[in-house]
Amino acid sequence: MNIVVCVKQVPDTWAERKLRPEDSTLDRESVDGVINELDEYAIEEGLRLAEAHGGEVTILTMGPQKAAESIRKALSMGCDKAVHLLDDGLAGSDSLQTSYALAQVLGRIGFDLVILGSESTDARTGLLAAMLAERLGVPQMSLASKVEVDGQAIRIERQTDYGHDKVEARLPAVLSVVEKINEPRYPSFKGIMAAKKKPVETLSLADAGIDPAMVGLASAATEVVSFAQRPPRQAGTIVKDEGDGGVKAAEFLAAQKFI
Amino acid sequence: MSEVLVLAEHTDGEVKKVTFELLTLARRFGEPAVVWAGPGAEAAKDRLGEFGAATVYVAASPEFSEYVAGPKAEALAALVAGKSPAAVLVASTPEGKEVAGRLAIKTGSGVITDAVGLDESLVAEQSIFGGSIVVQSRVKTGTPIIAVRPNSVTPQAEPGAAELVPLDVQVSDAAKGARITESVVAERGGRPELTEASIVVSGGRGVGSAEQFALIEKLADSLGAAVGASRAATDAGWYPHQFQVGQTGKTVAPQLYLAVGISGAIQHRAGMQTAKTIMVINKDPEAPIFELADFGVVGDLFNVVPQLIDEIGKYLHV
Repeated sequence: MNIVVCVKQVPDTWAERKLRPEDSTLDRESVDGVINELDEYAIEEGLRLAEAHGGEVTILTMGPQKAAESIRKALSMGCDKAVHLLDDGLAGSDSLQTSYALAQVLGRIGFDLVILGSESTDARTGLLAAMLAERLGVPQMSLASKVEVDGQAIRIERQTDYGHDKVEARLPAVLSVVEKINEPRYPSFKGIMAAKKKPVETLSLADAGIDPAMVGLASAATEVVSFAQRPPRQAGTIVKDEGDGGVKAAEFLAAQKFI
Repeated sequence: MSEVLVLAEHTDGEVKKVTFELLTLARRFGEPAVVWAGPGAEAAKDRLGEFGAATVYVAASPEFSEYVAGPKAEALAALVAGKSPAAVLVASTPEGKEVAGRLAIKTGSGVITDAVGLDESLVAEQSIFGGSIVVQSRVKTGTPIIAVRPNSVTPQAEPGAAELVPLDVQVSDAAKGARITESVVAERGGRPELTEASIVVSGGRGVGSAEQFALIEKLADSLGAAVGASRAATDAGWYPHQFQVGQTGKTVAPQLYLAVGISGAIQHRAGMQTAKTIMVINKDPEAPIFELADFGVVGDLFNVVPQLIDEIGKYLHV
């Protein structure tokens, strides 16, 4: 199986995340970057499928130079190689533009299965899997908490509000995963050392056949008009339970007219 | 007056509350026209009319329930091309966003997700990074597609004709790639849905076991609330993953959020920080979640919660 896992580097949630005043884009430089949490689950699922069915796992990352650190981390989990789409012209791209750029690369490198996390922790649009499926003209197997591949058939359990749906399709397809799907492995020392030698191909817009006029902040379909820091929540009333904690809590709820 | 398309959310014939929120919002910008995909439009017509739907475009074919996202996006794209609406509103749920994303590509339009407000000039408000930054954003290209967070708008009734108009949509093969073969409903139905509920009671590591989650459920039921769980609790297998509130789970913005036995790591806070009122019960006075609390009790939840349930009972029976 030719598996491509789309991995995004995002600012660490634990860090103070900011928007740049100059252009309202996310400040990726001044905070530590990590692999988007749900993409770790995507990598793990890619590795499991390759182990079960044979094949290769390629990491595809669109991001600035520092995204290279996250690519190495992904490789150290056991993936075979990587493609880094790196070009200043991509900065500030929205989801429509990102899906276009990634689809261009995916069209060139080919795939049986594209896997990604269902949502990133920075932009949190949750749009990419659907958009990639739309652009690539392949089935959208999104929100998967379980995956099975059987020859050309792929079956998932798709997470819903009430439980799950069973969904099936034929490869090639786009697969997005939710947290329930697996437990990502920790890279072994051997994996970390081996990752240093694994091939990472860097592509510019021209290399990937991406039209510069269709990506980047200036031609994005949406824009930030303004933004502001919200003042932190005011501290409220904290009481210690002395046999009456529940009583006091109920009094608060009644005063707020919840009961 | 231009139409504003509203993609109806419904399950098993029941119209979800967010649909009425979207209709209320749509009335500010144009004539609300519901797009109803799948069966049940006839039965829902009156309810949709109560909240101002002028028209209900119906795509009744079973294909709309049988395939993931693609067919709905095609039906909406055909309407966007034919009717040039002022905007398309969907619920910012995982499914709603997927349809919005595909529609954005089909129509060459921008899409905004998780909007918590929308003004007359279609500038959306988004609350990002766990609520620490508020952003005003807008669509520059095409027909604005806005996915609105459930519980952001209070539904307001206003009579509308809700005229049923059948849509004749030829769904392409490309839209039918992912086929739903079965819908499995988990046992814990019956409570309000997590992202729609006005009260959410969540349990965390402090609850200690799957069996003891029954206490969280009991507190939730005493308030008619939805149940949520922290990552620690779902990872431990004490409650199903689809109830996880947090960065890799659901984001909720209820009127009242009760965090019971939850420490409040930033991963969790990302999912509930914009709740209007937050109450915390935790035996650790240093738990970060107390920083968010409007009211907090430092104490053992196994003492506090049963007493709280009793007290709620007394207030509700007065």
